[in-house]
Amino acid sequence: MDAVTDRSKYLALAVLLLPSLIGMFTFLMLPVISSFVLSFTEWDMIGEIGWVGFDNYLAALADPAVQAALRNTLVYIVGYLPAVVAIALGLALLLNRRIKGRVVFRAIYFVPVVTSWVAVSLIWKWQLNPQYGLINFALSLIGIKGPGWLFDPSWAMAGVILTSIWKDIGFVTVIYLAGLQEIPEPLYEAAALDGATPWQRFWSITWPMLAPTTFFVTTISLISSFQVFDQVWVMTQGGPAGATSVMVELIYKNAFSYFRMGYASAISWILFALIFAVTIAQNLLQKRLDRSDG
Amino acid sequence: MADAATLVDNPVSVIARQPRPGLRLSDLATYALLATGSVVMLLPFAWTVSTSLKTAGATFVTPPELLPAPATLDNYVKVFDSAPVGQFLFNSILVSVTSTALMVLFCAMSGYAFARIQFKGRELLFYAYLATLMIPQQVTLTPLFIIMNFLGWTNTYQALILPSSFGAFGTFLLRQFFLRLPREIEEAAFMDGAGYVRIFFTIAIHLARPALATLAVFAFMASWNSFLWPLIITSDQSMMTLPLGLSFLQGRWSTDWNVLMAGTVIGTLPIIALYVFAQKYIIQSLSHTGLK
Repeated sequence: MDAVTDRSKYLALAVLLLPSLIGMFTFLMLPVISSFVLSFTEWDMIGEIGWVGFDNYLAALADPAVQAALRNTLVYIVGYLPAVVAIALGLALLLNRRIKGRVVFRAIYFVPVVTSWVAVSLIWKWQLNPQYGLINFALSLIGIKGPGWLFDPSWAMAGVILTSIWKDIGFVTVIYLAGLQEIPEPLYEAAALDGATPWQRFWSITWPMLAPTTFFVTTISLISSFQVFDQVWVMTQGGPAGATSVMVELIYKNAFSYFRMGYASAISWILFALIFAVTIAQNLLQKRLDRSDG
Repeated sequence: MADAATLVDNPVSVIARQPRPGLRLSDLATYALLATGSVVMLLPFAWTVSTSLKTAGATFVTPPELLPAPATLDNYVKVFDSAPVGQFLFNSILVSVTSTALMVLFCAMSGYAFARIQFKGRELLFYAYLATLMIPQQVTLTPLFIIMNFLGWTNTYQALILPSSFGAFGTFLLRQFFLRLPREIEEAAFMDGAGYVRIFFTIAIHLARPALATLAVFAFMASWNSFLWPLIITSDQSMMTLPLGLSFLQGRWSTDWNVLMAGTVIGTLPIIALYVFAQKYIIQSLSHTGLK
């Protein structure tokens, strides 16, 4: 391919690369740069743009609403992440057994994944209805009086977490299934010859071999936990009494309800910093574990 | 873990082991657990359909009844009377299909250019693409809205379509695919005097079909279910997509659960129907694109 002249090469680049480059610049790179610049300004989209230095960041870090959103996100992560990983891994182990109909089961668990967050949130909002919903009815069958869920500040986040677990479980299960399929069968055969129990086989083969998958799902789940919005917006709009208020909802409200463009941008960069830090920490941790294994 | 490109080559690898005959006690336990889980996954949908067919009188009762008696289609009539549902559906299809087609085309072209054409600054530009992957969508929302507003594009199809027609992930996926593709076939075409553009459109893009399909499913699902950006950029009812239309219905019928569930059924049915037909392929594609 050395015979190509420069002229035809640049012509090819103009046809093949330029459209993508223009789009990437206009709709991604330019907004990213503008957002960064905006975060140091004060602007309501009508008046003058005022330069405020780090004021937006300092204000955001001291803002009780931001602190509450971060606390709520932490609660969400603690409630959501371990549950989703544990249930999905369990399901994947069951679906990885050589039984008939597992393709059907896998398809069933995946249905909520293809359903939109808005639809899922409405379905669950109705299910979590304290008086007429299925959840509290099911609880009443085992003698428990269900809480007010989305109407009760101390239970609303639990309702959002339940909904999110139900929606995402199929996705994480399928990723675990792919990880399970990559574990070499001879490892299990050797363990069986050594008389290892299923419990021993899980902890000495499956769990360590799945470590990269577990790291992967925890990383993407952590990232998406910081970005939670749709379900919160449809189910509670951050309420009641701010109990489910999260970062993206603050960005949305500041930008598009209060028209504080600079402040909203600053919050979005704080969100970026958090996601970035989590990703780096995860990577470092994984490297360290890899080393101690080898 | 395998990278996305390897998985694209082998799209049906997840369920490869064959069931063996015979049923044991542990299999029965497996079935029992999986069936219980399936009920947990499907019952909410069943109850949604049931609620959508109930009268208000039959809905607000304790204990709840699973089957609608008497069954009515009134709620569906109310949904269609109170919102242009057909328009929502049309908008969703138009926006998702167009942005998916553009995304696949632009990513394939740029992926090919990054994989095959040597040019100054290629590495740097590719890193600039990859860097955008680290930035959460929320960072770009505010300036993107300002840009669209400046262009006078609020409440337009191009504002709904274009921002989801570009992405570094697709470019990366296709670049990896083309890098792993043997050059021999293309070399022969080069000898015959064809240029990069012709080779891309006559040969390379056809060889890339599995990767393109994976990206298409991923892009379509993301666009179809997208909520936050349409929420920001549309205020006009006639421009709303299905998820947005559903949330509009929620504002209109806040506690009228029969009507809301009817709207949810209508809004969810198209994607569920598509899923039933292309279930295996959708699962593979989404799980593979998840494995970046």
